[in-house]
Amino acid sequence: MSILSRKSQQVLADPLVANNPIAVQILGICSALAVTVKMQTSIVMALSVIFVLTLSNTIISLLRKWIPGRVRIIVQLTVIASLVIIADQILRAYLYDISKQLSVFVGLIITNCILMGRAEAFAMQNPPGQSFLDGLGNGLGYGLILVTVSVFRELLGSGTLMGFHIIPQSMYAAGYENIGLLVLSPGAFIILGLIIWVQRSITKTEEA
Amino acid sequence: MLEHYLSLAVKSIFIQNILLAYFLGMCSFLAISKKVETSVGLGIAVTFVLTITAPVNWFLYHFFLEKGALAWAGLPEVDLSYLEYIVFIATIAAMVQLVEMILDRFAPALYQALGIFLPLIAVNCAILGGSLFLVERNYTLGESTVFGFGAGAGWFLAIASMAAIRHKLRYSDVPPGLRGLGITMLLTGLLSMAFMAFSGIDL
Repeated sequence: MSILSRKSQQVLADPLVANNPIAVQILGICSALAVTVKMQTSIVMALSVIFVLTLSNTIISLLRKWIPGRVRIIVQLTVIASLVIIADQILRAYLYDISKQLSVFVGLIITNCILMGRAEAFAMQNPPGQSFLDGLGNGLGYGLILVTVSVFRELLGSGTLMGFHIIPQSMYAAGYENIGLLVLSPGAFIILGLIIWVQRSITKTEEA
Repeated sequence: MLEHYLSLAVKSIFIQNILLAYFLGMCSFLAISKKVETSVGLGIAVTFVLTITAPVNWFLYHFFLEKGALAWAGLPEVDLSYLEYIVFIATIAAMVQLVEMILDRFAPALYQALGIFLPLIAVNCAILGGSLFLVERNYTLGESTVFGFGAGAGWFLAIASMAAIRHKLRYSDVPPGLRGLGITMLLTGLLSMAFMAFSGIDL
C-alpha cells in the first residue's frame, strides 16, 4: 500500500470497521434494511451507493470553494440527485430485473443520510483525492454491513445464497425449517441490532 | 368509495407502516426518538408535509413527467419520467420552505413547536419514499392524498411509541455494547413484529 500515504490509508480504512457509517455514525440506515432480503439485491444496492457516494464526494469537494454557504444543501442535493438518476438509468438498462426488485429504494439513495452526511462532514473541507477515498471507504463500510445482514437473512430465512440452495434437502427431511421471521421486516431490525452489538463490543464504542 | 379510502388509510397506517415495514425515515427516527415531546413534534410535522407533498407530486408527475403527459403542451412524445427524483426532491424542499413560511405567518405557536424540525424533513426518506410509492403503485389523486396522510400518521405512531419505550428504558440495565443504537434496533424489531399482527385487517 505504498501508493497511498498514511493519512489516505486511514481515510479509506477507518469507515470499514472502527468508524462504520451504519454501526457507529448511525447514517444511512433507511435504505440499508429494505433491500437485504436477498444477497444479490443488497450487493447491487451497495455498488450503487459506492458509485454515487465516491462521485458525489469528489464533485462536491471540487466545487467546495464555489458553493455559497447558504445554498449548499440545495447544491449538494442536486449533485446527488443527478448521480442517482445516472445510477438508476444504468441499472434499468443492464439489470432490469434487479432494478424492479429494488423498486423505489434506488431513488431513495438521494435521501440516504450517508451522502449528505459525508458531503457536509468531509467533502466540504477536504481536497478531492481524500474525499474520493472517504467516499469509497464509507461506501464499502455501508456495503459490508448490508451484505452481512443479507447473508444471515437469506441463508437462515430462505436457505439460499445468491439464489442457490445451500441448506441440503436432507436437513429439511430431518426436520430443519427456515426461519420465516427473518424474511419479514422485523428480522432485519433484529439482525442489524445484533450486528451492532457485536461490532460495538469489539471496538468498545459506547453510547450514553 | 369512502370505504376504499378508509381501507387504504388503515393499510398505510398499520399494516404497511412506512417505518416498520419499509424502513423509511429511520435516520431521524433513531436520532429524535430519545424524547417524547420532540418525537410528537416531528411526527406531526412529517404527517403535515407528507399530506401536502403527496398530491403535489402526483400532480407534477401526471401533468409533466409521465410519458405522454405533456400532450397538453403539444409534445405527446416526450417522456420525462427519468427526471422524477430531482423534481420530487426539489418539490419537497420547496414545500417544506413554503409550509415553514405559512406557519410562521399564520400559526406562530405551531411554528415555534415545529421550527427546528421542519428543515430536517426535506431529507427524510419517508417523504421522498411516499412520493415514489404513489407513482409506483399508480394511485389516483384522492388515493395519493389518503396514502400521504396515512403514511405520515403511521410514522407518527411509530416514533411516538418508540420514544415512550426509550423513556422507560432509562431505568433498565442494558449491556454496554448494546446501549443506544443496538437496543433501539432490537426494540424496533419487536415493535415491527407487533404491527405485523394488524395484517389481514380489511375494511
